[in-house]
Amino acid sequence: MSNELEFLSRRVASGKLSRRDFLGRAAALGITAPFANALLSSAARAAGPVKGGTLKAGLVGGESTNSLDPALMMTQVPFAFGKCWGEMIVELSPDGKLENRIAEDIGSSKDAKTWTLKIRDGVEFHNGKTVTAEDVAATLERHSDEKSKSGALGYMKGIETIKASGKEVVLTLKEANADLPYLLSDYHLIVQPNGGKDKPDAGISAGPYVVKTNEPGVRHGGERFANYWQGDKMGHADQIEVIVINDATARTAALQGGQVNMINRVEPKIVDLIKRVPGVTIRNHAGPGHYVFIMHCNTAPFDNNDLRMALKLAIDREEMLTKVLRGYGSLGNDFPINSAYPLFTEIEQRKYDPDKAKFHYKKSGHDGTVLLRTSDVAFPGAVDASQLFQQSAAKAGIKIELKREPGDGYWNEVWNKQPFCASYWGGRSTQDQMYSTAYLSTADWNDTRFKRPDFDKMVLAARAELDEAKRKQMYHDMAVLVRDEGGLILPMFNQFIDATGAKVDGWVDDPHQELMNGYALAKCWLQA
Amino acid sequence: MSSPILKLVAQRIALGILLLLAISVLIFAGTQILPGDVAQAILGQSATPESLANLREQLGLNDPAYVRYFHWLGGVLTGDLGTAMSSGQDIATSIKGRLWNTLFLAFWAAIVAIPLAITLGLIAVRYRNGWVDKLISGLALASTSFPEFFIGYLLVYFFAVKWQIFPAISTVYDGMPFGERMQAIALPATALTLVVLAHMMRMTRAAILNVMQSAYVETAELKGLSAFSVIRKHAFPNAIAPIINVVMLNLAYLIVGVVVVEVIFVYPGMGQYLVDHVTKRDVPVVQAVGLIFAAVYISLNIIADIAAIVANPRLRHPK
Repeated sequence: MSNELEFLSRRVASGKLSRRDFLGRAAALGITAPFANALLSSAARAAGPVKGGTLKAGLVGGESTNSLDPALMMTQVPFAFGKCWGEMIVELSPDGKLENRIAEDIGSSKDAKTWTLKIRDGVEFHNGKTVTAEDVAATLERHSDEKSKSGALGYMKGIETIKASGKEVVLTLKEANADLPYLLSDYHLIVQPNGGKDKPDAGISAGPYVVKTNEPGVRHGGERFANYWQGDKMGHADQIEVIVINDATARTAALQGGQVNMINRVEPKIVDLIKRVPGVTIRNHAGPGHYVFIMHCNTAPFDNNDLRMALKLAIDREEMLTKVLRGYGSLGNDFPINSAYPLFTEIEQRKYDPDKAKFHYKKSGHDGTVLLRTSDVAFPGAVDASQLFQQSAAKAGIKIELKREPGDGYWNEVWNKQPFCASYWGGRSTQDQMYSTAYLSTADWNDTRFKRPDFDKMVLAARAELDEAKRKQMYHDMAVLVRDEGGLILPMFNQFIDATGAKVDGWVDDPHQELMNGYALAKCWLQA
Repeated sequence: MSSPILKLVAQRIALGILLLLAISVLIFAGTQILPGDVAQAILGQSATPESLANLREQLGLNDPAYVRYFHWLGGVLTGDLGTAMSSGQDIATSIKGRLWNTLFLAFWAAIVAIPLAITLGLIAVRYRNGWVDKLISGLALASTSFPEFFIGYLLVYFFAVKWQIFPAISTVYDGMPFGERMQAIALPATALTLVVLAHMMRMTRAAILNVMQSAYVETAELKGLSAFSVIRKHAFPNAIAPIINVVMLNLAYLIVGVVVVEVIFVYPGMGQYLVDHVTKRDVPVVQAVGLIFAAVYISLNIIADIAAIVANPRLRHPK
């Protein structure tokens, strides 16, 4: 290895050179990309985590109406702060595997109906008590209770009994589910003393930071928890702070001015400008989130599969990806799964084909215009995307009429109510979760009204299947069904675009959620 | 002196209270016609008809509107603003901190803006129609004509990003040292000052110019007083009533109209608090904040009226 390369890799590790520039120069020196990447990560590791300092994040997605009760977490700020003070039963690692946290081991019976969680020894709550099996069981019980209004309630309903005995928690399910450990990684399921039944918003768990300030909609702060059980892996900064900055320009300015070390949701249209700012690194990464146009399969005129197919063929995905997302995303293929999911299989990419669209449109017998409702809040750039859709469809002879709805009330009055509108999905951690949430006949959020008994059977069968190869095939078949007969038009998957300031190190891209699945504050460190 | 003045003042205050009552009815009616209802807003996407009915019962949404109005008014009069529906926090407590922040920012913006505006107005009169006058008026009008968010972003760009003198975000919190707090509010206070400056400055200039036409000013000039002394001793005291009026109007604006500036600078004041709760349909909070804003507006106007009366010798010394 040339001295120059070594020097460069150290510079990247210390944040003086961007990764992209490094790879460029490495290529110039005749080094292949994989080798250069390996070199880089070893340099970063050699530098090692630095303890100390205050890490600050300026995030969109906090309101003065937020609460510390994990059951009520919905937006980005409570989510990211929750990952700082909360400890989970099990978590998804950045490479998509399961990482045991409070559960030391998770095992199931052969039929995937009975699950046993073995609770780790010596994990301590912030109030000094030791985490017991009873605490874990109580947490799960609270989130299974309708009264908690928990965001995880939908999955938790599938658990029939929860029993704590000794160091184990035993769960029996109503129906077999091979994905249970993934469901337990839901961000709402923060383990609290006695499950938070006494005081749900006390903000006490066993995470790397102890809650010090909690001013909803303004800022949240934490101080390193001295007795955190894996202090070598997380909790590097002495203090962390989340400042709520809902305005995109203010967020960027705060990063540039150095008031915060990281921000979330950089708008695709300004990414290229921000990249040029010295010290700032853009952290973009593919995830399961996607932008969609949804048709109700049971409402005229969308109850006709030819019309649905015509509209799916009449959308120019490539154009939308470059113009709306500026390339920070990937093409969608009309089923809600991409490579961010385990057991994903490729299916032939659907392309813009005005002639075929015309053919299906004629066959559907529909006449007149199709009304598409859209709004700025449906997804960033939704109105522009809808206009692009209108134009590309016009070339296929399909007239789309746009109705711009007010953002206020869009999710109550339009989404999941009107037969054709723009929307988005954040994605889930497993295919089963995604399909169960929005494609089962009985799902409350079946926003395409895709009600197919044969599909329901496939979902349940795949859920109980423990053989991976067979499961993979099942998910492939389900994807084909949704793609060719469903009401979903999915032009693109979006990326998470975060940005960090100078001196922030330890960043690892995580496909599950923005900000390293919320762990950026807990896992990153400031260079000395 | 002054039973007539006392009477006038009492009248004004009584009128103000009446007005406030009328506004409380309007606010209440307004929140009733907002689309959607609170129960639906709280439950959001996960609402089922059954849980909706339960929650409506629990929140007392099934009572007729006038019953709820008097219930609410009774609470307000006894200092109980209720609890926020979305977060379950006591409204009075959360508002106290926010209101204090808003007043703090308004106070410092006013401390800078009012003397500056009046002084500039006086200078403009002294050099009226000259280039100084035109420069002052031009700059002030320009700064007022730009939308607040534009001024805000300009300030952020230069002072926070380029030169890094002041922070871009003005998050303040309890127990923040005074110096840091002042540094944090420097930019929003400047933005607000620029926004309200021209109105007050132009009004001062116009009011004094009006008085300058009077015979007694001519006399003062003839007896050899310097131009500034004429303005200070003879013109200004007689022009004070309209100036106070416009100052109070702008003060009210500094307190109730700063939502945009608060959002840009991420300042935890009343405006941001109100917006968050409007989108959540958190009616008790919206009502409480609306009422407080109305009260601020009305009391500042009463103060302006009273000051105008007191400043007028013909009312102070009736025959």
